[in-house]
Amino acid sequence: MVTKLTPKELAKKEERLAPGHRLCAGCGAAIVVRQMLAAIDEPVVLANATGCLEVATTIYPYSSWRVPWIHNAFENAASTMSGVEAAYRSMVRQGKLEEKDVKFIAYGGDGGTYDIGIQALSGAVERGHQFLYVCYDNGAYMNTGIQRSSATPFGAHTTTSPAGKVIPGKQQFRKDLTKVMAAHDIPYVAQAAPSKWRDLMQKTRKAVNCGGPAFMNVLASCNRGWRHETDETIEVTQLAVDSCFWPLYEVENGEWSLTYKPRKKVPVKKWLERQGRFSHLFRDENRHMIDEMQEEVDRRWEKLLERCGEG
Amino acid sequence: MSKFEALTGNAAVSNAMRQINPDVVAAYPITPQTDTVQTFSEFVADGLVDTEFVTVESEHSAMSACVGASAAGARVMTATSANGLALMWEIIYIAASNRCPIVMSLVNRALSAPINIHCDHSDVMGMRDSGWIILMSENGQEAYDNIIQAIRIGEHPDVLLPVAVCQDGFITSHSLERVELFEDGEVQDFVGTHEPQWPLLDVEDPKTYGPLDFYDYYYEHKRQQVEAMEKAHGVIREVTQEFNDRFGREYGLFEAYRMDDAEVAVIAANSTAGTAKTAVDNLRDQGLKAGLLKLRVFRPFPGQELAEALRGVSAVAVMDRAISFGSMDNAGPLFSEVVSALTLNDVHVPIADYVYGLGGRDIRPGEIENVYQEAFQMAENGKVERRVRYLGVRE
Ligand SMILES: Cc1ncc(C[n+]2csc(CCOP(=O)(O)OP(=O)(O)O)c2C)c(N)n1
Ligand code: SF4
Ligand SMILES: [Mg+2]
Repeated sequence: MVTKLTPKELAKKEERLAPGHRLCAGCGAAIVVRQMLAAIDEPVVLANATGCLEVATTIYPYSSWRVPWIHNAFENAASTMSGVEAAYRSMVRQGKLEEKDVKFIAYGGDGGTYDIGIQALSGAVERGHQFLYVCYDNGAYMNTGIQRSSATPFGAHTTTSPAGKVIPGKQQFRKDLTKVMAAHDIPYVAQAAPSKWRDLMQKTRKAVNCGGPAFMNVLASCNRGWRHETDETIEVTQLAVDSCFWPLYEVENGEWSLTYKPRKKVPVKKWLERQGRFSHLFRDENRHMIDEMQEEVDRRWEKLLERCGEG
Repeated sequence: MSKFEALTGNAAVSNAMRQINPDVVAAYPITPQTDTVQTFSEFVADGLVDTEFVTVESEHSAMSACVGASAAGARVMTATSANGLALMWEIIYIAASNRCPIVMSLVNRALSAPINIHCDHSDVMGMRDSGWIILMSENGQEAYDNIIQAIRIGEHPDVLLPVAVCQDGFITSHSLERVELFEDGEVQDFVGTHEPQWPLLDVEDPKTYGPLDFYDYYYEHKRQQVEAMEKAHGVIREVTQEFNDRFGREYGLFEAYRMDDAEVAVIAANSTAGTAKTAVDNLRDQGLKAGLLKLRVFRPFPGQELAEALRGVSAVAVMDRAISFGSMDNAGPLFSEVVSALTLNDVHVPIADYVYGLGGRDIRPGEIENVYQEAFQMAENGKVERRVRYLGVRE
């Protein structure tokens, strides 16, 4: 029987990511992974790109993973998983391995996904491997010390887009990778956030049961990079959702639908002001950037509403 | 009954792959290897193999998928050349360090730039410190034979290392030659089934592959790779012996051609060894005592055996199809290996290096005969005139 998505039922399940790992307190990545893996009752096999989630869970001779897990390199979680999945299909077909409805999931950070790993990801989903690729998006290369990625929000201070006297933080709007993946016309693409945990878990179930390649982009706050308190992860994440910076939606067999619509759209400023990485934007000379960001978020949100038939 | 067919070196390898019937192949096209994967794709399309062929979008992904599939518990093969190998670089090391016994057909081609599709050994020489076992092949037949043995060598529980089987781009990969194909059943019997010890796909007994490994363990893991390489030396001998017994061959770590009473020796690898044999025969016809050492196993380097085989000759010439830029005298990589093998084994003999054939530049028996003539002169004078020469280059 499928586990009901209620706190009571979910609490009975064994954690697949064991406690004792060395991710920072309040790290969004850990919350995302635990929620997602709790949503799946079937056996899973995981691949993990180099990044915070990888280094903090497998410091030899320890491993926090109670499920099969492989890390290969930074940019190749998708291609590594395509090999694992191909091996599974081959060996099951030949009768060398018992079929067990294994769910294959690859995790990569935004750096490992939007940037250096996008080619491998695009190739793997085009080939139709049955796996779910999850980008836990914390908006920078956190593991190497908070450098900008193409997922870093406009204006954010990172160590390679510092808030300087002349250039106040990142000058580009973020890449919309979820749309890029939807353009691959694969069976399932979704954007999710751990602050809407049931939504995230339902999407996870759809993704691993869609019968083909699936992609999920999940917002995963990094309090070290975003600069907020460790106990504010969920709150700050929900502000990203409610400001429509991070809309929750899915694209199922080409059908776009919103899975959550904020009752009242919160100004982006409310999300920005909670994070130290944007503090320089609140200086007089930089405030125009907040307006620019609001405009861009609005533009993207309107477009999305149209796509989802809500325009 | 085995049968003889006219096959290119690439086709010979494809046929070995068909007979081995690996669980997974992940590969990407690049000249001069492309034919191998094309022919193999036909085998897949015609249902002649059970292989899952992962048609990756790059060589980086090819090697990444190979590592994933090998860790999963599959028998895995791939093929590439030059730039393809260079793009795999990062994962080449990971494959060896994660002890994935992947077998690769490496059709040697010059590295860019300038871009060039023809043969030299700059690609394979770059991977010499990566932890792969490396076998060299004079022709398509040897590539076929080596590929079959490579499966057994790499998967041996004492070894668990990836193996690259080299042959020369175009020179043998595209030449039609008579190739003996063994019966499918005989090959399958020889390679046996793959018994992975720690398959990732065992969901009942989860494994963690590729953890973060710091100063407290990394070094020991490297030490274990050294041990595997050391054991590979013996395993290669065993597997080769078994192969020889079964299929009527005479392979060793290297081939000593007319070396018994040789006064001077040339060392060469891949197709040039074939050309050099003609040179040796010509010189022998003139009563000159020329001999050849054809390298088969490049990694692990059989330094001691090589030195023993050369003990007693009066001069040695090394043929290098690559340059180690910035090394002493800008010699070739094979030269440094041979020099250290001889020195460390107390074989003191005049030795010179001949870089040749870069970017596919032809090498003829006459040129190799000249190399021998110079070697005879070194032997006579007891000293080296010029340590490194670049054969056939316009200065
Ligand atoms: C080929 C390569 N380039 C660079 C690195 C260094 N590196 C390791 S992790 C990382 C950043 C990871 O960022 P992301 O994917 O966003 O994951 P996060 O650490 O933020 O969770 C970088 C740049 C590497 N390991 N490999
Ligand atoms: S640095 Fe950020 S992403 Fe990395 S473990 Fe800490 S909170 Fe998580
Ligand atoms: Mg990141």
